[in-house]
Amino acid sequence: MLVEAGHFALALALGLSLIQFLVPLWGARANDPVLMAVAPTSALAVFACIAFSFLALTFAYLNSDFSVLNVVQNSHSAKPLIYKISGVWGNHEGSMLLWVLILALFGAVVAVSRNSIPMRLQANTLGVQAAVTIAFLLFILTTSNPFTRVVPAALEGQDLNPLLQDPGLAIHPPLLYIGYVGFSISFAFACAALIDGRIDAVWARIVRPWTLGAWAFLTLGIAMGSYWAYYELGWGGWWFWDPVENASLMPWLAGTALVHSTVVMEKRDALKVWTILLAILTFSLSLLGTFLVRSGVLTSVHSFAVDPERGTFILGILILFVGGSLALFAWRAPMLKQGGLFAPVSREGALVVNNLFLATACATVFIGTLYPLALEVLTAEKISVGAPFFNFTFLPLIVPLLLLLPLGQTLAWKRGNFLGTAQRLYAVFGISLLATVVMFAFTYGGPVLAPLGIGLGLYLVLGSLNEIVTRAWSKGTPLAAAWRKARGLPRSAWGTAIAHAGVGLTVIGIAATAWGIEAIGSLKVGERLKGGDYEVRLERVIPRVEANYREEAAVLTVFGSGRELGTIETMKRLYVTRGMPTTEAGILTIGLGQVYASIGDAQPDGSIGVRLYHKPLVLLIWIGSLVMAIGGGISLTDRRLRIGAPVPAKAIPPHAVPAE
Amino acid sequence: MVIWIVLLAMTAAAVMAVLWPLSRHYAVGRQANPDTQFYREQIAEIERDLARGVLLPSEAEAAKAEAGRRLLRATGMQADEAFAAVGEPALRRRRAASTLALSIIPLLALATYEIYGSPQLLSEPPGARMQPQQAGSSNLLGAVAEIEAHLAKNPQDGRGWEVIAPVYLRMGRIEDAVKAYESAIRHQAPDAARFANYGEVLVLAKDGLISAEAQAAFEQAIKLDPSAPKAQFYLARAAVQDGQTDKAKTILQQLLASSPADAPWTDSVRQELAALGAPESASVAEPQIGPEAIAGMVAGLASRLEAQGGTAEEWARLMRSYAVLGQRDKASDAAKRAREALAQDAQGLKTIDTMAQELKLTDAQP
Repeated sequence: MLVEAGHFALALALGLSLIQFLVPLWGARANDPVLMAVAPTSALAVFACIAFSFLALTFAYLNSDFSVLNVVQNSHSAKPLIYKISGVWGNHEGSMLLWVLILALFGAVVAVSRNSIPMRLQANTLGVQAAVTIAFLLFILTTSNPFTRVVPAALEGQDLNPLLQDPGLAIHPPLLYIGYVGFSISFAFACAALIDGRIDAVWARIVRPWTLGAWAFLTLGIAMGSYWAYYELGWGGWWFWDPVENASLMPWLAGTALVHSTVVMEKRDALKVWTILLAILTFSLSLLGTFLVRSGVLTSVHSFAVDPERGTFILGILILFVGGSLALFAWRAPMLKQGGLFAPVSREGALVVNNLFLATACATVFIGTLYPLALEVLTAEKISVGAPFFNFTFLPLIVPLLLLLPLGQTLAWKRGNFLGTAQRLYAVFGISLLATVVMFAFTYGGPVLAPLGIGLGLYLVLGSLNEIVTRAWSKGTPLAAAWRKARGLPRSAWGTAIAHAGVGLTVIGIAATAWGIEAIGSLKVGERLKGGDYEVRLERVIPRVEANYREEAAVLTVFGSGRELGTIETMKRLYVTRGMPTTEAGILTIGLGQVYASIGDAQPDGSIGVRLYHKPLVLLIWIGSLVMAIGGGISLTDRRLRIGAPVPAKAIPPHAVPAE
Repeated sequence: MVIWIVLLAMTAAAVMAVLWPLSRHYAVGRQANPDTQFYREQIAEIERDLARGVLLPSEAEAAKAEAGRRLLRATGMQADEAFAAVGEPALRRRRAASTLALSIIPLLALATYEIYGSPQLLSEPPGARMQPQQAGSSNLLGAVAEIEAHLAKNPQDGRGWEVIAPVYLRMGRIEDAVKAYESAIRHQAPDAARFANYGEVLVLAKDGLISAEAQAAFEQAIKLDPSAPKAQFYLARAAVQDGQTDKAKTILQQLLASSPADAPWTDSVRQELAALGAPESASVAEPQIGPEAIAGMVAGLASRLEAQGGTAEEWARLMRSYAVLGQRDKASDAAKRAREALAQDAQGLKTIDTMAQELKLTDAQP
C-alpha cells in the first residue's frame, strides 16, 4: 500500500510540476504577483511528493518487499542494513529517483529563500526548473519505473551488484548528484535571466552560492568516486580516463570556470554573456554525463542495464534542453547590456585566462570522450582513447593554468601591475624551485616529472599562503595585529586561498604517483614479496562465509626497513546470489602514503597471486580535493554572500593592495 | 478503501498548494526594485566595514563611489515594474490558473497512475497475502538452511526431502526442487501425489513442456491412483502437446465428471476444455497449479536476462516459455533481444534461429 502511495505521489509530482512550469512563467510575463506566488508553493509540494515517493521505495527496501521488481532485482534479505538503504540508489531506477529528489530539493530551497531572490527571477527560475523536473519524471514513470510490481511476490531477491556493496556507494552518488543537479539551478537562473532579458551583478550575486555549492559537492563526489575505484577495483589506479569519469570531469571543469566567471560578473558587471553560456554548458555537460552513464552507450559498472529505449529518451531530454537553452541564448543574449571595463592585466583579466584554459581543457576531454563513440557510430571502427591522449592534450593546458594561478590570485582588481605582482611572488617561486632541485638531486635517476610536479604543487600551496600573509602582514606590523587583520579578511578570500592550496596538494599527490612501486608475486604461506622499501609476508589464508558472500582472506604482515609495521587483510569474495567475484584491497596507511595489496587466484601449487604497491603521498590526491571543497564551503559562508551585499568594489586602489 | 482516501487526501493537498497562493491578496507594487535595494545594502555594508576598521577610509570612499554610480544607474532603469495584481484581467488570470490546477493535477496524476501503477493491488492489499511471508522470510531462510543441514547428514530422510521440495519451488530453485522430489520418491513408499508433484516440477523446469520423464511420472501416479487429478490434468496436456486433442478432451471430461463440484481444479479444467473446443487457438492454456508460478518464473528469467544477459540456451528457454504461455509477440520480442545480445556469438544465434523456427515465430526472422 505504501509502495502504491509512493507511486501515486510520483504521478502527482508530475501534475504539480506542470503547474509549476506553466503558471509562474505566465505570471512573470503578465507581471502578476499572484501567479508568480504559485512558484514557491508548488515547488515545495513537488518536493514533498517526490520525497514521499523516495521514502516509500526506501521502506520497500528496508522491509525487503519482494513484490517490488526493483527490490527483487537489487536487494536480498540477507544484505546488511546499510546496503539495503544505499541499494535504493544503487540501480538505474532508484538513482534516477534520487536525481529528481535532489532536483526538487534544490527547487524547494530556491522557493524558501524568497527574501533574497527578486520575485520575477524566482518565478522564472522555478518555471524553468520545473521543465527539467517534468522531463525526468516522465523518464522515470515511462521507462524506468522503480515501483513496478511482481505478482506473486518473489521469495528472495537477486542481490545488489557486489561492486556496489560498499560504504562508498552510500556516499558517492548523492554527492555527485548534488553537484550535477546543483548546476541545474545555475542553468535555470541563466534561462530565467534570458527570458526576462535582465542580467546584472545582482543576478551573479544570487547565482554564485548555488554554483559554488554545486561545485564543492561535485568535487567531493568525484574524489569519493576516485577513491572508491582505487580501493574496490583492486588495480591500485585512481583515475582511468574512463568515459564515465570524464562525464563527471567535464561539468566539473565547466563549473570551475563558471565559479570564477561569476566572480568577475559580480565585481565588474562584465562577462555576462559568457557566464550565461557557461551556466548553460555546465548543466548541458551534466545532462550529457547522465546520458553517457545511463543510456548504456558505455558499458560499465555505472550503466546497470543496457536499454536502448532509455538511451533514446535521455538523448531526447538532452537535445530538448541543450537545444532549447542555446536557442534561447542565441535569441536573447545579444539584447544583454555589457557592463564594466577592466584592463587586460588585472584580476578580471586573469580570470578570463582561467576561463579560456578551463574551457579548452573541458573541450579536449569532451573530444577524447565522444570522438571514439562518434567514430564507432559512423564507421563501426572501435578505437580506444586513453591516458596517452589526455596526457598529451589535457596536461599541457592544465600545467600553464596552474603556473599562472598564484599570479592571477595576487593581481589587483580592475588594473593590475604584472611586475609588481611577480615581485610579491618571487620568494614563493624561489622556494618551490629550490625544493624541486633538491628533490631532483635526491631522487636522481628516478622519474624526472615527479620533482617538477611536486615543485608545482608546492608553488600553489605557498602562493595561496603568501596571498593571505601579504594581505595581513607587512613589514613592521606586530604579529597580533596581523593575525587580527588576517581573521578580518573576508571568508571568500580565505576560501579562495584554501581551495587553491587544495589544488596544490592534489598536484603533489598526483606527481608522487610517479614514484609508486609495483610488485607481483606468487606466495605460499610464510613467503615474502618485496616492493621498494616495503615487504609483505603471507601469514595465512582464511576462508570465511558471510551472509551474502564467501571469501578467501589473505593476511599479510607489512615490513618496512626491517621493522614490522602492521598487518593488512585482502580478500577475494564471491557473492553467491549473483555468482560474481570481487577483490577487496588491503591497505596500510603510512603517513600520507599507502601500502596496497590485493590477491589473485590460488595457484595449483597452493600459492596465491599477490600484487603489492607502495604509493607515496597518494592520500594527498583526495585530501587536496577535500581541501578544495572545504575552500568552496568557506567561501559559501562568506557573510557578504549571505546577507546579499557583495564586496566593495574599488575603482582605483590607492596602493597595490588586492581587493577582496 | 483506506488507500483511496489517502490518495484523495494527497491529491487535495497538492491542489491546495497551488490554490492557496492564488487566493491571497497582494498590494499593488509591493516589492521594491531589487537592484536599488541591492546597492543600498551594499553601501550600508561598506559603512559597517569602515566602522569595524576592516576598510581604510580611502578604500571605503572609492567603493562607495562605485556602488553609488551603480545605484544611480539602477534607479534610472526603474520604470514599468509595478505589479499587475488587481483589475479584471488579473481576476481572469487567477480563475484560469485555478482551473488549470484543479484539472491538470488530479487528471494527470490519475491517468499516469492508471497506466503505470498497480491499482489492482490496492483493492486487495498485498499485505493480506504477502505480509506473513515477508515477516517470516528470514526465518524461512534460516529454516531452509537447517533442513538442508539435516538432509546433508541424513540424505535418506524422504520426509525431509518432501518438506523442502515445495519450498524450493516457491523460492524459484526449480532444479533443487526436482532433486528433492527425486530423493523423496527414492526413499519413500510410492505415492500418487508425490509422483504427480514430481512430474509437475519437471514440467516447470522445462517451462511448461511435458518431457518423456514427466509423462512417465504422471503415468506412474495414475497407476497408483487412477483418479489422481493433477496427473490426469497434465496427461491431458501431454496429449494436446502430441496433437491428440480428442484424447485430451476425454481425459479432461472424465476428470471433471469424477471430481466433486467444488474441487479447486474444476475451473482450470473447464478453461482447458474450452480452449480445446476452439482448435484454432491450439496454444496450451495455462496449467492448473502453475500459472502464477510459471508467469513469475518467466518474468524472473526475462528480467535476469535483460539485466545480466545469459546463454543462448537461456534465451531460447525464454522464447519457448512465452510461446507456451501463448504470448507469441513477447516470444518474438525475446528472439529479437536474444539476437541483439548474442550478436557476437554465431553458435548462439543458430540456437535462437532453430528455436524460432521450431516455434514458428515467422515475424522474428532476422
